[in-house]
Amino acid sequence: MDMATSDFSPAHNMTRPLAIEARGLVKRFDNTLAVDGVDISIPEGAIYGILGPNGAGKTTTIRMLLGIIDPDEGYRRVLGSDNPQDVARRLGYLPEERGLYPSMKSYEAIAFMGALRGVPLPEGRARAKVLLENHGLGHAIDKQIRQLSKGMAQTVQLLGTLVHEPKLVVFDEPFSGLDAINQGKLEVLIRGLADKGTTVIFSTHVIAHAERLCEGIAIIAGGKVPFAGRVDEARDRIPAQVRLETRNSDGPWRAAMPQDARRVGDFWNFPLPESGVEPLLKALIEGEAGILSLSIERAGLHDAFVAIAGEAAARDMVTQAPGEPA
Amino acid sequence: MSNHAIRDGGRLSAWRAAWVIARRDFTAILFSRSFIFFLLGPLFPVVVMGLAGGVGAQVQSEASVADVGIAMQTQDVDAMLAAHSELAMQVPGSVPPMVALKRLAPGETFDARSVLEEGEGSLAAIVTGTLDAPVLTATEGRVARWQGTIGLIAAHAADQQTRIYPPVGTEIVGTSGAAENSGRLRTAQGGQVLLFLLIMLLASMVLSNLVEEKGNKIIEVLAAAIPMDAVFMGKLFAMLGVSVVGIAVWGSTGAAILYAGGQSLSDFANPGVGWPMFFVLFALYFAMGYLLLGSIFLAVGSLAATVREVQTLSMPATMFQILVFFFASLAVTDRGGVIEYTAMAFPLSSPFAMVARAAAEESLWPHLLALGWQALWVAIFIKGGASLFRRRVMQSGPRGAKKRSLFQRLGRATG
Repeated sequence: MDMATSDFSPAHNMTRPLAIEARGLVKRFDNTLAVDGVDISIPEGAIYGILGPNGAGKTTTIRMLLGIIDPDEGYRRVLGSDNPQDVARRLGYLPEERGLYPSMKSYEAIAFMGALRGVPLPEGRARAKVLLENHGLGHAIDKQIRQLSKGMAQTVQLLGTLVHEPKLVVFDEPFSGLDAINQGKLEVLIRGLADKGTTVIFSTHVIAHAERLCEGIAIIAGGKVPFAGRVDEARDRIPAQVRLETRNSDGPWRAAMPQDARRVGDFWNFPLPESGVEPLLKALIEGEAGILSLSIERAGLHDAFVAIAGEAAARDMVTQAPGEPA
Repeated sequence: MSNHAIRDGGRLSAWRAAWVIARRDFTAILFSRSFIFFLLGPLFPVVVMGLAGGVGAQVQSEASVADVGIAMQTQDVDAMLAAHSELAMQVPGSVPPMVALKRLAPGETFDARSVLEEGEGSLAAIVTGTLDAPVLTATEGRVARWQGTIGLIAAHAADQQTRIYPPVGTEIVGTSGAAENSGRLRTAQGGQVLLFLLIMLLASMVLSNLVEEKGNKIIEVLAAAIPMDAVFMGKLFAMLGVSVVGIAVWGSTGAAILYAGGQSLSDFANPGVGWPMFFVLFALYFAMGYLLLGSIFLAVGSLAATVREVQTLSMPATMFQILVFFFASLAVTDRGGVIEYTAMAFPLSSPFAMVARAAAEESLWPHLLALGWQALWVAIFIKGGASLFRRRVMQSGPRGAKKRSLFQRLGRATG
């Protein structure tokens, strides 16, 4: 990964074995480069987010990690196996495009998904009923999927992903299509899985979920990973934001202000200069700014994401050869 | 948890995974409302064909030429024909048609066996000897059926007042020559047509099933959990299971219609391999033909993104299969020729050609060879279809295949 500054590398996680380790994953569809050299390291038991704008290559990366498609270049090791299909029994996957058989009953649908992962049908049915009861869908056990609301059907599929008690779960855009209440429930469920030692990976383009849940993230943009690492490291990638209110609107202190400072109402907003807060404060005081208030806020993940993904997209546009598909 | 079925905590074996898919598909189809229509659908044409066939059979029986030839001395031939005419009027339909085959001079002999085996037309039996001691030469079934009738005609021809029937000597032949061949040809053609109709019906159903699967968007869940080959195999075998149920229902209905019509299989030309083995081979060739065409249709389904595209793509595949069927039909008329051997070797026409061969020839070893050959191609087709599916379908986002036209995808897939 030529662009990543840090990741959940073994050096970072000496005591935690890796659930997933991928190096240099490349996938082309015909002449189009969908994923271009993705490196990801995810320790066991982590909640890990794969963030990126639509069409960035998140789903293709996930499919390669799970062995649904094979990479053209690079390698991946999942739960200690070079072939993810060989550990399919220990993997759970909720694809972005949800799908269930409409005529199946809820518990049968869950049991069927368990059967695909090696759970005998009678055992799967019993587990399904318990799962549905525990997640407030006891009344829907005998209902056909077509009789359920979209959110309920999505929950049924989610439970089908977990019925075989996987060690590694991958959710592709799990929050899309859920209302706020169900999104909250899903966050609780993800935390619960991680508490039990299950590695949870999910992709999203809604950064708030990742910020609340994730220990580590990979940002994918244009098929590449411009950042992979801990959430706080991503936030540190962009400077803290200074918010300044002064009594005097003009004076020598203005010379201390960075060129990209923006005035919004009574406040000045600008990134904290690399020299730090002390030289800035000194210049403001000596320049007679008359400081009324000054706050320094660490960048949020959203800002970091926009900055990192935006930089990558801009770089892509510059380096892209004329005529190459975007 | 039955750990024996799961390799080292890994995925299910291909066969076990195929079983999971097949079980789901089979029960889903069997307990759907549309299955009733699937069962009833073919019965309407069968009923119509049965009615039309009844009329046709009546016409044919009226128009048919003599089946029993007489080779006796002149006066005996005339007496037999006269007695036959008289009895035919008294008990119409109970005596077989009869013609003078040869009027023999005193002392002249006649080799009925060789005439039957090399004979032409619909000659099925020959009566030789004298009125007091007639000899009936025919196949075993026809001897059993006509022995008494010939005795009655001979007795009537000898003396109209007599109540003593002469003993009828019999000579069994294995075949009645051209008549048998002609019957077998009809069996071969009938078998091919039936095979073709069943395969086309089921192959299009398996295609619809896959399209529904893509519509349900569950295919990615399957692809993540089990090998795509197993998905393909499961779907094919589920439909095969459904077809077994269908064929059992249709076969029972057909048998009931035959029984109600006073007919049995012995009324039809005995296939070369015999009826029981013919049924076994027919079932096996049906399975092979269906798996071959079904796997092609599944591959077609993998290329298509919408039902409309499926229809567009399946049309050439269907037309091609009709051509293959015509080719195999042509092979029936070229027994032992280049066309027959080509039809047997070409995977898609092989089941049809071999069904025809089962009707015409006695030997069984070519069928073992052909079934092995066809099974090999089934495996290749399933593998190829699954690979194509994995390559063409599991793409996502604006960079994926969904944004390209059908013809671009076709070009890529074949290029």
